[in-house]
Amino acid sequence: MSLSINHPAAPFVGAIEKSPKISLIGTLAMLIEAPGDFDLVQQGRVWALADVLSSWPNVEEAVIGVTNVMLVFEQPPDDIGVVSASIVELWHRLPSRKADGKMIEIPVVYGGEHGFDLPAVATRVGLSERDVIRIHSDGEYTVCAVASSPGFGYLHGLDPRIYMPRKSVPSLNMIAGSVTIGGMQTGVAVLTSPNGWNAIGWASVTSFDPQRAQPSLMLPGDRVRFRIDRIEL
Amino acid sequence: MIEILTSHAFNTVQDHGRRGARHLGVSMSGAMDPVALEAGNALLANDRDAAGIEIQTFPFRLRFLSDTAFALTGADHESTLAGSSVRPWWCTRAKAGDILAIETPRRGARVYATFGGGIDVPRVLGSRSTHLRAGFGGFDGRTLQAGDVVPIGSTQGKSDGRFDFGVAPPDVAIAGAASAEDRVLRIRVMRAGEYDLFSEAMQTTFWSTTWKISARSDRGGYRLTGGNLTLDAPVEMRSHGVVAGVVQVPPAGEPIIQMSDANTAGGYPKMAAVIEADLWRLGQAPPGSFIAFSEVSYQAAVAAMAPVNDYLAKLRATADLYRAL
Repeated sequence: MSLSINHPAAPFVGAIEKSPKISLIGTLAMLIEAPGDFDLVQQGRVWALADVLSSWPNVEEAVIGVTNVMLVFEQPPDDIGVVSASIVELWHRLPSRKADGKMIEIPVVYGGEHGFDLPAVATRVGLSERDVIRIHSDGEYTVCAVASSPGFGYLHGLDPRIYMPRKSVPSLNMIAGSVTIGGMQTGVAVLTSPNGWNAIGWASVTSFDPQRAQPSLMLPGDRVRFRIDRIEL
Repeated sequence: MIEILTSHAFNTVQDHGRRGARHLGVSMSGAMDPVALEAGNALLANDRDAAGIEIQTFPFRLRFLSDTAFALTGADHESTLAGSSVRPWWCTRAKAGDILAIETPRRGARVYATFGGGIDVPRVLGSRSTHLRAGFGGFDGRTLQAGDVVPIGSTQGKSDGRFDFGVAPPDVAIAGAASAEDRVLRIRVMRAGEYDLFSEAMQTTFWSTTWKISARSDRGGYRLTGGNLTLDAPVEMRSHGVVAGVVQVPPAGEPIIQMSDANTAGGYPKMAAVIEADLWRLGQAPPGSFIAFSEVSYQAAVAAMAPVNDYLAKLRATADLYRAL
């Protein structure tokens, strides 16, 4: 018996695009994955969907991922088919939400003691360390999702010239505030812990404070700019 | 107040978990065996989300600094209060100065110590559970250590009630819950998102293997050994939300079951998910023990919670009645 509840192409007039893939994770969680490639339009539709779904009855929360959203239910829904059909319908008529959140500026000490992977990044991408810093600090990034550790924002918008694969062996104790590159993403480490991303600098920023009214500095749809505070080469 | 006298690694304050904060990257935490914690609270007429101590390394000793009612639930173990034996799944009253000593379980992995009024630490993001990785919640966001003085909520109004009674643990009370003589714990799961990506042979391996819970298992997750589940073509999953009970398959092929301290996001293909009605049983399975999976439908998974909920409701009603006698 298959429990797959993926929907065939949506039965809406004029709708030729594919519907999201919907699957259950046990009786209390449902994953909704947007079709197609990862881009900010599709991510914006996920944000819009999550905004609406989080206010539905019996939904404890809507957890945004990269072009997907997971619903956590308070109780197992009576009729999964009805819930998923309503979500598919909503997906096709909701406009995408723009990255219309606040702008966050983060001053960074590039290189130095905490940016210990900067030389390796520069070597790998064939640029000088200063060029890597310039490209990273020129960019404007979008917070796609907050996950992995409290307040950690997955930032989209890294310049492909400074993509750097994650390490196969993580750095054992990367300090909180480390500004990192992992593949095609960048971010600011929230906790001091093992970390497989590449540290290129450090920022004095409180990404998460459970006592704040809004504990997470970054929220999906916010934008981030890194400013050069100091360069230590 | 209680004073911790002996505590080894990883004993923490836990309640029913931090709900509704996953979207901020905050994992749920909470008791690995929520049924045992809730039963302990019911014995003491505590709120169902009152916090207790989850003890998973032994021996654990504490001293009562005031007269306090308490209960010990979860794993089957021996303990003494002021030198006299105390039964598990029983509520008792301690006098100020009494020492409670909890020994290594005979069966099961985690003992829950609950106290009349609950552990009275501040709620952080709606919960008293310890978030060890981020260092908040519970007792100063960390594991308990000798010398810690832990506050207990006030129990006024309930002090004249009756104590010294107990209940049958759920694996005895719930029909069909235990696989008594079997040394393999049977865990019911539902298929999850990427089940169909695995070949029939791999699916068969998943269902037929007796999996061992590896020593590299903790509140974050159980790593399983005994078989290898590989995909014909590796898939790159985009980072997405996960919940406790999800069975993920990393590229190396040995599954991981995410547990209470699971990360909020993951990217490995999901084979299955442990149903809520069996998650507490899994929470009592120690490293080195064996489990096997069997498949249930969504409807069967939902229905399986009824006996658990009935057990807890009956326990609470009976305890209230007994206390009022």
